[in-house]
Amino acid sequence: MAKRFYLYPVWIRSWHLINAILFIILILTGLSMHYASMDNRYFFFTFESAVAWHNVAAFILTASYVFYVLGNIVTGNGKYYRIKRKKFMQKLVKQSVYYGYGMFKGEEHPFPVSERRKFNPLQKLSYVLAMYVGLPVLIISGFGLLFPEILVGQFFGISGLAYTSVLHATMGFILFIFMVIHIYTCTLGDKPSTLFKSMIDGYHEEH
Amino acid sequence: MKVIILGIVVTLLAFLGITGPDTAPVMQDPEGAEMLKGAENSIYYEDNETCFKCHAQDFYTLEDAESGLSQKRVMCQNYIVDRDEYYQSNHWSFACTDCHSWEFSNFPHPTAERLQDHFSCLDCHGYDEAYAQYHFEEIEEEYNASTHAEIEGFSCWDCHNPHSYEINIRTSTNLKETILYDNNICLECHGNYSNFRLLSDIDEVDVVVSHEWLPNQVAHFAGVRCIECHTSINDSILVAHHILPKEQAVRNCTECHSSDSRLMATLYKFEAKEQRKRGFLNGVIVNNSYVIGATRNYFLNVASVVIFAGLMLVLMIHVFFRIKKK
Ligand code: HEC
Ligand code: HEC
Ligand code: HEC
Ligand code: HEC
Ligand code: HEC
Ligand code: HEC
Ligand code: HEC
Ligand code: HEM
Repeated sequence: MAKRFYLYPVWIRSWHLINAILFIILILTGLSMHYASMDNRYFFFTFESAVAWHNVAAFILTASYVFYVLGNIVTGNGKYYRIKRKKFMQKLVKQSVYYGYGMFKGEEHPFPVSERRKFNPLQKLSYVLAMYVGLPVLIISGFGLLFPEILVGQFFGISGLAYTSVLHATMGFILFIFMVIHIYTCTLGDKPSTLFKSMIDGYHEEH
Repeated sequence: MKVIILGIVVTLLAFLGITGPDTAPVMQDPEGAEMLKGAENSIYYEDNETCFKCHAQDFYTLEDAESGLSQKRVMCQNYIVDRDEYYQSNHWSFACTDCHSWEFSNFPHPTAERLQDHFSCLDCHGYDEAYAQYHFEEIEEEYNASTHAEIEGFSCWDCHNPHSYEINIRTSTNLKETILYDNNICLECHGNYSNFRLLSDIDEVDVVVSHEWLPNQVAHFAGVRCIECHTSINDSILVAHHILPKEQAVRNCTECHSSDSRLMATLYKFEAKEQRKRGFLNGVIVNNSYVIGATRNYFLNVASVVIFAGLMLVLMIHVFFRIKKK
């Protein structure tokens, strides 16, 4: 029984595309800076160009993040992210058991996608953490590094800069890990390419 | 879930091991440290007042003994000596007339005396065991090779104000203030055209403009000294004095922003032994700032590689079972 319905409106798809591209640029340039060496032996960005690209990408990402948050409020897409406390832990466990065991036994998907439920509990939690905790921390700490004279000096004292940098780098790493897992779980559709296709044409498909 | 999150946070904090800023290690000055500076401790206080009477503020009284007439006159800014700074400087214990001829006790000062050469640093400090740790001789060699030495009328005194210079980096407890102090030495001319003009005929150069290629200029000028980029590294003296022509100044970011940062051989030379302090590569820098690329947290780096490798392993196992199922 084939299911096919429109799930990702254009604004989400365009935001998502931009977001993904920017994120990859930020990770590559961030790593180039973190592991900078005299002869640029690890990454292909020179320190100078890494700084420039990182700054530009960060500004666009911030704008696109604001767009995403506003979009979620205005269009009501935000409702898919709402976590109901009741039995949430059990639901998480159920989904995890499915990924780790059930799916190999040919079990049914415990939280099939529908117009009313876009995300399974695990997706919900990781998206909320990434988008409403991780990314804001990353953006705010990033701006703190860009303007240390106004932000850091006032709040933290002398080595607040070190503190902020470590926070920024750590959060960047955590979101990088999120992205890897996220991309991997996106291969868990009907065919490995199904979910990527739906993020391109907007239609969710199942058989 | 809460426990897991708490666990992660605590582990992270433990990895960082930083609970807040602390002050940079103090270099004790072997001699003189116990000597208390200040006007009240100077045996020449009274004598010096005969000069300070005119040289401590922006006016002096011009008197004529014969006619008994007197009038206030403006004292040129450059001839004003700050009393407080003077008694806190390295040479605070001196009488003005130790360095300046006795003849200056008379006013108007005799022109012949005004045209006399001054002592040089080496006249007093050269080849003196007591000052061996400063390597004055080698500093002079470096200075003689530097760009400033070619300038007519330039001397050590132009950077080491005879009436206020105080050793700083060697005894620093607040590196940011030391950086400011040292940079102000250069900006005395490179940020003040009227001083600059006394020594050169070239048009005014705005250093802010000539360093526009450097992003976050404010943060950089507060976080490093001019001499970090403008001198060649010297291993035996603490403060390198060989100022290179501008074409040879450091422009490559990774000279500082890398694991083998030159800052460890310049600004942080004395503390450099404490490498890896608290798990940070080039750890001493963390006391005062965070130099991307140079200050990496060793534990966090290892942890990130381990986590990433672990994740890849898990995903590969998952893929394996998916293929097997098909
Ligand atoms: C009556 C005020 C007065 C007193 C007292 C005085 N000076 Fe001066 N001094 C001046 C003035 C005014 C000048 C600026 C040049 C001029 O007008 O002769 C000057 C200039 C100088 C200069 C710069 C000379 C040059 O051309 O480079 C030195 C050095 C100096 N004084 C040292 C001293 C010392 C040392 C004493 C104390 C022993 C002293 N002065 C006492 C008023 C005074
Ligand atoms: C350690 C030696 C030393 C002592 C002590 C000293 N001076 Fe000087 N002073 C100098 C030198 C050297 C210069 C010339 C500076 C230069 O060439 O830039 C100078 C220059 C001056 C000038 C002219 C300012 C100028 O920039 O040319 C005045 C005025 C002056 N001294 C006053 C005093 C007074 C007043 C005292 C005592 C409170 C004093 N000096 C103590 C070494 C000394
Ligand atoms: C007239 C002789 C004389 C001249 C010229 C002179 N000094 Fe000194 N300097 C001394 C004496 C004496 C002391 C010790 C002062 C004290 O501790 O009370 C001293 C102290 C110092 C100290 C501090 C040393 C310590 O261990 O506390 C430094 C640094 C220094 N001088 C640098 C210089 C420099 C740089 C110059 C040239 C720009 C210079 N001196 C010129 C005589 C001189
Ligand atoms: C272009 C400016 C400049 C010139 C010219 C210059 N210096 Fe310095 N010097 C500095 C600066 C900046 C420092 C660092 C001051 C500090 O933080 O203690 C310094 C520090 C020193 C120190 C203290 C180093 C230590 O180990 O603590 C000595 C000694 C010294 N200079 C001697 C000299 C002598 C001698 C000459 C002339 C041959 C000279 N300087 C010329 C800028 C200069
Ligand atoms: C990050 C390294 C760095 C720092 C820090 C730095 N400079 Fe420079 N500076 C350079 C380079 C590189 C050039 C050559 C720029 C060029 O030729 O375009 C330069 C050029 C200059 C010039 C020549 C300008 C001209 O156009 O003729 C002066 C003067 C100068 N610097 C002074 C300073 C002073 C003063 C400070 C401290 C307040 C300072 N610099 C700090 C790297 C630095
Ligand atoms: C007493 C004034 C004075 C002080 C203090 C001073 N400078 Fe200079 N500096 C000059 C003059 C004058 C020139 C020569 C300009 C010319 O004629 O080309 C110059 C030239 C330079 C140049 C350019 C050399 C070139 O290749 O054209 C650099 C770089 C420089 N200074 C760096 C410094 C640094 C770094 C300091 C502080 C440690 C410093 N200066 C302190 C007066 C000063
Ligand atoms: C002389 C050493 C040195 C050189 C050369 C240097 N930097 Fe820096 N940089 C520093 C230091 C030190 C800091 C930390 C400043 C602070 O503590 O506020 C820093 C901070 C930064 C920051 C972060 C500022 C912040 O707010 O956290 C950026 C971005 C940066 N540098 C980029 C560059 C680029 C791009 C270049 C090359 C064009 C460069 N740096 C060359 C020493 C250097
Ligand atoms: C190249 C990298 C990426 C790829 C290939 C990718 C792919 C996808 C796909 C296929 C979906 C559909 C999800 C599903 O049906 O389960 C999706 C959704 C989503 N992705 Fe990504 N993604 C990437 C990067 C990111 C990044 C970096 C973030 C955030 C930091 C992110 C956040 C999201 C969110 C929040 C959704 C849900 C969108 C909605 O509201 O409908 N993605 N992604």
